[in-house]
Amino acid sequence: MSAMSTYTSTLGGHSYRFDSLARLLAAASPERSGDRLAGLAADSARERVAARWALADVPLARFLAEPVVPYEDDDVTRLILDTHDLAAFAPVAGLTVGGFREWLLSAEADAETLAAVEPGLTPEMVAAVSKLMGNADLVAVARKVRVVTSFRSTIGLPGRLATRLQPNHPTDDPAGVAAALLDGLLLGSGDAVIGINPATDSPKAVRDLLELLDEVIQRYRIPTQSCVLCHVTTSVDLMERGAPVDLVFQSIAGTQAANASFGVTLGLLDEAYEAAGKLNRGTVGRNALYFETGQGSALSADAHHGVDQQTVEARAYAVARRYDPLLVNTVVGFIGPEYLYDGRQILRAALEDHFCGKLLGLPMGLDICYTNHADADDDDVATMLTMLGVAGASFVICTPGGDDIMLNYQSASYHDALYLREVLGLRPAPEFEAWLEGIGLLDERGAIRDVSGTAHPLTAIGKELAA
Amino acid sequence: MTEGQVALSSDDLTMWAALRRHTQARIGLGRAGSALPTHHRLELQAAHAAARDAVHSPFAPEVVAAALPGMPTVRVRSAAGDRLTYLQRPDLGRRLDDIDRAHLPGGDWDVVFVVADGLSSRAVHEHAAPVVRATVERLGVGVRVAPVILAEQARVALGDDVAHAMGATMVVVLIGERPGMSAADSLGAYLTYAPLPGTTTDADRNCLSNIRPPLGLGYEVAAGKLVGLMGRARELGLTGVGLKDELDSPPSPLPAPPPEGGPPTG
Repeated sequence: MSAMSTYTSTLGGHSYRFDSLARLLAAASPERSGDRLAGLAADSARERVAARWALADVPLARFLAEPVVPYEDDDVTRLILDTHDLAAFAPVAGLTVGGFREWLLSAEADAETLAAVEPGLTPEMVAAVSKLMGNADLVAVARKVRVVTSFRSTIGLPGRLATRLQPNHPTDDPAGVAAALLDGLLLGSGDAVIGINPATDSPKAVRDLLELLDEVIQRYRIPTQSCVLCHVTTSVDLMERGAPVDLVFQSIAGTQAANASFGVTLGLLDEAYEAAGKLNRGTVGRNALYFETGQGSALSADAHHGVDQQTVEARAYAVARRYDPLLVNTVVGFIGPEYLYDGRQILRAALEDHFCGKLLGLPMGLDICYTNHADADDDDVATMLTMLGVAGASFVICTPGGDDIMLNYQSASYHDALYLREVLGLRPAPEFEAWLEGIGLLDERGAIRDVSGTAHPLTAIGKELAA
Repeated sequence: MTEGQVALSSDDLTMWAALRRHTQARIGLGRAGSALPTHHRLELQAAHAAARDAVHSPFAPEVVAAALPGMPTVRVRSAAGDRLTYLQRPDLGRRLDDIDRAHLPGGDWDVVFVVADGLSSRAVHEHAAPVVRATVERLGVGVRVAPVILAEQARVALGDDVAHAMGATMVVVLIGERPGMSAADSLGAYLTYAPLPGTTTDADRNCLSNIRPPLGLGYEVAAGKLVGLMGRARELGLTGVGLKDELDSPPSPLPAPPPEGGPPTG
């Protein structure tokens, strides 16, 4: 590895100098509160653009020579460089970052070409090019990428949008979870996963929830998968004891130290991957892992190594792609205004994360969300949903009325997903769509029927609970 | 029923009403086309508005001071000069303004109460003074209670800076919690023994949350728990994870202070 370089540019008669690739990337990054909190952001708007001029001239190959986090110190860097595919990289190896942007936007870079080059791209390359792209560029390129995964349903086919049904409850009360589950199913949600954030990580509580979800999925023959989002070691332990684990979940980040703050190592993830593969509970496919990520987690764990939060986030996708996950989503506005201050910053991060994830071959979805101390509201959710729908997001997370009473934040609602499917003509995963049709939840146009006031078979769940 | 209109049958209404006994989640809302019915959209906006107002309403320390008759109070600010800075720079909200720090009254205090606006000034205006009064009453006359600090643009860890500057053995930070959609007036209480700014972490604290009678924790119950925790903290010389298991044990009387109690004052 060669030593760090200095990068310079001149703008408006003023010379700017950036002492490393990491410094250059941080200065070129669109403004956000987290980079300022870390002391990494550009000092002025002009310095930011000067950094982009300098970044546009950096050859892509430079990212292989100057890791932003030292190879010796960090297993994510080692993973990125040791698995880099030079043959796949060849078609873009001669490009600069600025040239790479133009190539990505060109007709030459179609779905097949982008898939072929993917193993040759590193997170830092795609993060770098995202910093030169406008929001519309991020949409235009991401929608060309095709990533298809499957377990009991197929995620990521053209013209489809899947949803995670998230029936959380603050005390994991089974009746409360089941009531929210019914609500989501009647609104046509749940084809990506029925996923619960449990109130505790206790194996007993997690197992109870897994069995509840498994019973509903089996009883109503729903072509989807369940997940209780506990620590990976809890899932592996429960699998060994015969619990009905469909997907193994873990939160991951872009540095070894940040992953350590989540209590995970690549070794632990390797074990989980192997264990999940053996269970073979999928029917149409074998992608059995589910990851969540989000800008700011490395800074929050004091583990960012002086790298801006968007570049560190993209490095988490290198971890994810090692394990052929069914689903990956960024929980984009959850972390709070000290990392992403307002709706504008959250939107930008959502588009960046989706773009970088897709270019790195991930089945990328989003939790489009905000907390009450961020300067954002449900109109921002609608804007983000629409842009991400156009960008071809694989799935979005949905909650009852957009209000999660367990995690205390606002996300998209089941109604929001209906809106997105309606205005963009998007349909659910094919297996799930067939199931919806079979139980009479689709109307003649293929949209979700409003079944309130009718005797629908699914309401048997509700009647039982209500009794 | 024509398409696009909301018309829940009485059977449905009965079912959803019964299901809502099990969860506060916003279920069975019905539809207007693909969207939420107007009534539910406005309900969500009302909840969000209450939360936003709680975050952005200015802290009025005089309201808290007036509700603490006979108790001296001192007003301080954090190093975060305004709300915008506070929301984006947690590091500044954890640190006292340098001039305010220099004016804090030092002494041989057993405990200092810090009333901090946090993310809901409304919670602090409504609930902080009653908790301070009920707790001080239970502590009794033998306990040296410092003047109550009223802190603006403050996070929990600002209490470490306060206790250290004043020479107090323990600090109780009463702070407005991040507003949710169902409650915008929740008060949190954090107890820390012998805090050291920059060294003490959240793992060194014990916390009571959701103080907001009548729906959440009541003042007397919160005061009882706090006094119990303080007693155990003085026995063990620590707070945090090491004290966690004691949370539900009955409050013990406050033991005599150790001979040389109090954090280093350097």
